[in-house]
Amino acid sequence: MDFGYPVLTILIAFPLIAACGLFFLRAPQVVRYYTMAVSLIECLLAVPLMGFKLNADFQFVEQIDWVHQWGLQYYLGVDGISILMVLLTIAVLPLCVMCSWTYIGKREKEFHFCLLFMTSAVLGVFCALDLVLFYVFWEAMLIPMYLLIAVWGGDDRKYASLKFFLYTLAGSTLLLAAIVAFRVTGGTFSIPDLMQMNFSFRFQFWAFLAMALAFAIKVPMFPFHTWLPAAHVQAPSAGSVILAAVLLKMGTYGFLRFCLPLTPAASHYFAPMMIAISIVSILYGGAIALGQSDIKKLVAYSSVGHMGFVTLGIFLFNQRGVEGALFQMLNHGIVTGAMFMMIGAVYERSHSREISKNMGLGKYMPGFMALASFGFPGTNGFVGEILVFIGAFKQSLIIGALIVPGALLAAAYMFRVSLKMAWGTPSSASTWRDLNAREWIYLTIPAVFVLWIGLAPTPFFKVIDPSVNKLLNDFDQRKVAAVETEQPMQTAAADALSLLAEKE
Amino acid sequence: MNFNITALVPELFFLCMVLALMVQSLGSREWKPPVEKWLPFGACAAFFVTITGFHLHGSMFWDVYKVDLMSQFFKIVITFGFYVVVLNASRQPTLEEGKRADYYMLLGFSTLGLMLLASSVELITIYLALELASYSMYAVIPLRAKDKGAAEAGIKYILFGAVATALALYGLSYIMASQHTTYIAELMNKSWSFADQPMAVVGLSLFLGGMFFKLALFPFHFWCPDVYQGASNETAAFVATMPKMGAIVVLCRLAVLLKPGLEITTILAVLGALSMTFGNLSALAQTDIKRLLGFSSVAHAGYIMVGLVSGTPEGIGAAAFYGMAYLVMNLLVFWIVSRVASDGRNLKLNDLNGLYKKAPVLAFSLAAGAFALVGLPPTMGFMGKFFLITSAWDHGYNWLVITLVVNSAIAIYYYLSLFRHAFTEESAPSQAAPPDNGWFASAGAGMLAAAVLLIGMVPAPLFNFAINAGKTLYGITVTFGGGGH
Repeated sequence: MDFGYPVLTILIAFPLIAACGLFFLRAPQVVRYYTMAVSLIECLLAVPLMGFKLNADFQFVEQIDWVHQWGLQYYLGVDGISILMVLLTIAVLPLCVMCSWTYIGKREKEFHFCLLFMTSAVLGVFCALDLVLFYVFWEAMLIPMYLLIAVWGGDDRKYASLKFFLYTLAGSTLLLAAIVAFRVTGGTFSIPDLMQMNFSFRFQFWAFLAMALAFAIKVPMFPFHTWLPAAHVQAPSAGSVILAAVLLKMGTYGFLRFCLPLTPAASHYFAPMMIAISIVSILYGGAIALGQSDIKKLVAYSSVGHMGFVTLGIFLFNQRGVEGALFQMLNHGIVTGAMFMMIGAVYERSHSREISKNMGLGKYMPGFMALASFGFPGTNGFVGEILVFIGAFKQSLIIGALIVPGALLAAAYMFRVSLKMAWGTPSSASTWRDLNAREWIYLTIPAVFVLWIGLAPTPFFKVIDPSVNKLLNDFDQRKVAAVETEQPMQTAAADALSLLAEKE
Repeated sequence: MNFNITALVPELFFLCMVLALMVQSLGSREWKPPVEKWLPFGACAAFFVTITGFHLHGSMFWDVYKVDLMSQFFKIVITFGFYVVVLNASRQPTLEEGKRADYYMLLGFSTLGLMLLASSVELITIYLALELASYSMYAVIPLRAKDKGAAEAGIKYILFGAVATALALYGLSYIMASQHTTYIAELMNKSWSFADQPMAVVGLSLFLGGMFFKLALFPFHFWCPDVYQGASNETAAFVATMPKMGAIVVLCRLAVLLKPGLEITTILAVLGALSMTFGNLSALAQTDIKRLLGFSSVAHAGYIMVGLVSGTPEGIGAAAFYGMAYLVMNLLVFWIVSRVASDGRNLKLNDLNGLYKKAPVLAFSLAAGAFALVGLPPTMGFMGKFFLITSAWDHGYNWLVITLVVNSAIAIYYYLSLFRHAFTEESAPSQAAPPDNGWFASAGAGMLAAAVLLIGMVPAPLFNFAINAGKTLYGITVTFGGGGH
């Protein structure tokens, strides 16, 4: 569909350009209103995306040569997998501005600059169809996020921000090597073109590992998750919201966009491992969350568990599993984002993240966010989780049986926290002021979505179904075609040995 | 002897400028000529004159001196570097008043030597041009008022330099003896395998050693952090950037000999890997910013090897592009270092604390420079690194590419600490001189930062230039016009 102007480019560029305007403002209050206006305009600019046609093609495509001799292109487009993430990113921005209205008390200009920069970069990640362009946005997002944690974070911010930066950057350096290898082997950086190609199993094996490391750190999956609790706990609430709602999704999006279509045989080969790690993430995240007394840490560990459901759904390779994973991505974004905003609101009053100091808030806090988080029927969490469950049981009874305790754990820790915080005996909360209008607005919007997606998920299915079908069809056709009998590890070892032998 | 004066216009312009400086430095003790008033304009003019000569070509002086795309690319880079260095040095607090004209004259001669080096295609000419570039460096480094450290750095540089050039000369004699020619164009067709020509390979290794000294490649890097630390900030900015351009251009020209799979190419690759790993690991422990940058430049020298060992025009183009990126990024960071240390002291990382408040433009530019050095997009550092690894992949040195990307992950820590100190730490009140926050400092930093970001986003024109330059070295004809992106 042609709107007469490049929709995606404007969406990506507008926050960035508007962010430069911040440097000409002075008063903090003006900065906040300005950013609010910018984020609302950004939402308006997203309206043309409603013209998304319900098929599996890439839409709103823009393609310009960037560095011709090197085959780099400025190539953007969205399909059913990415459009929901794009909309989620855009919707989160005004909420972030609102929830940091009074929370951020220093260097407001830079803070809002980071927020807008961040939004641009994340939108770029979800829209890019050129591997290098993707990588550019993927890395560009690190700097503002680092600043959000390092400048406006809690007491231990230095440690948390450094850990976040080093972890994610170290993970993505090999991604760059994989991208280059794709170019040299496949002859192009364009993702849609590469999706048509069949690479040798040996190539896929290594490319998958290099990409999976980057994405697994971002998700984060079990052994690589340690940066997340630190970053979540120390980040200001808007930072946590973006981190939870959007950033973690980049990892799972990477799996869906790159690993499955580009390296199908290797994905198939590694699926048991990925499923195992996902199950460990679910159980481990849930179990650790149960033991937390710090609310933010609790939500952070619960994120590890929830994202485990997403990766599990992806690597089940069946329709229900992948649909469930996409839903879980969206829902986790909404629910966890909302929870962090609530925690932010509470923190502003009590200046503590301990559960024991924040008891008896039932008067103020809409309790059903917690319900959604463990998948109570009627909320959106239910839809995503039940789909992953169906997919898992379809695949194998054992996988299904193993993740049931994960869901139970989620219920347990969420009940525990909501019981204490909403219905416990007030510790110091009795003297607090009620939620004000601004807080009502930013908590109601996600609440509406929770119920809407929970009760009527059909429109969302219509958007994602064609793309998921195409993804899985392609995958099924190509996963077997390319499998060879050779063992990449042994081949590589033999290569290295023969190289050494040659030298001697 | 053929001689085409129009092809030499950039060099001749530069020579006239340096001669004018020489005249000014010859006056009596009382004559204090206003060098800094006119030289920036002269350097700027030299830069533009060189740009207008980008398409010149021809070879002269019995074919030892060749003006082609590669030489013009590097001459543009070198004159740009000289322009920025002169601007940067024009506010140098640690230079005695009476020595100003001499200082600029020495810088000018060194730069002239580098420009000649860019065009030399014969080993003896390369050696002579290298000496012209080096001798003035030896004299410039100790010029930091009453500073023992600078004198020490000067001595170190001379001793290391003397040994390295002696080795290079020794190697040159081996090459001449076994291959019977010193023209690179003829050397290109000879065998460089150790089995056929052991003496020539040893000779070439030694000759390259001389270049590695200039480039500060491991294990020829020992002078680098000490000299950066000892020399004044402004001189360090010159030493860190300009001689490396000379080394890179010679290596680019010699890279046509280095087919992948040859022993010498493998040595180069191994040295590159060691250099980046060693440089990055050592830089992690530094607290003095100039030492940190010194070790970082050892690492960057290693990165450049990645393009050179690929044995393709693209690889050489990528190395040339990375050389340019390296120059701009380092000049940017040194510009900030020089401005923050407005009294000419050596900066520690802690001295950057709270820079975002004291000098926001400098802090922002420092961020651009630091992230460019890491190789984060969208900066030219990223593009340079990306071109390097794309050109080198699948040419037999994939392990080197993997080493490079892993090294970027190591390097992030110390570059990030530049950024961290400038943006997230608050400054303690101190007696130290405040950073120069005037329009001159901000404009210079801002423009260099803009260049780093802009070329990072639109690298195509300059990169095409570099690729075409690489192609001319392999004798592939390049058509002008068109090319598009």
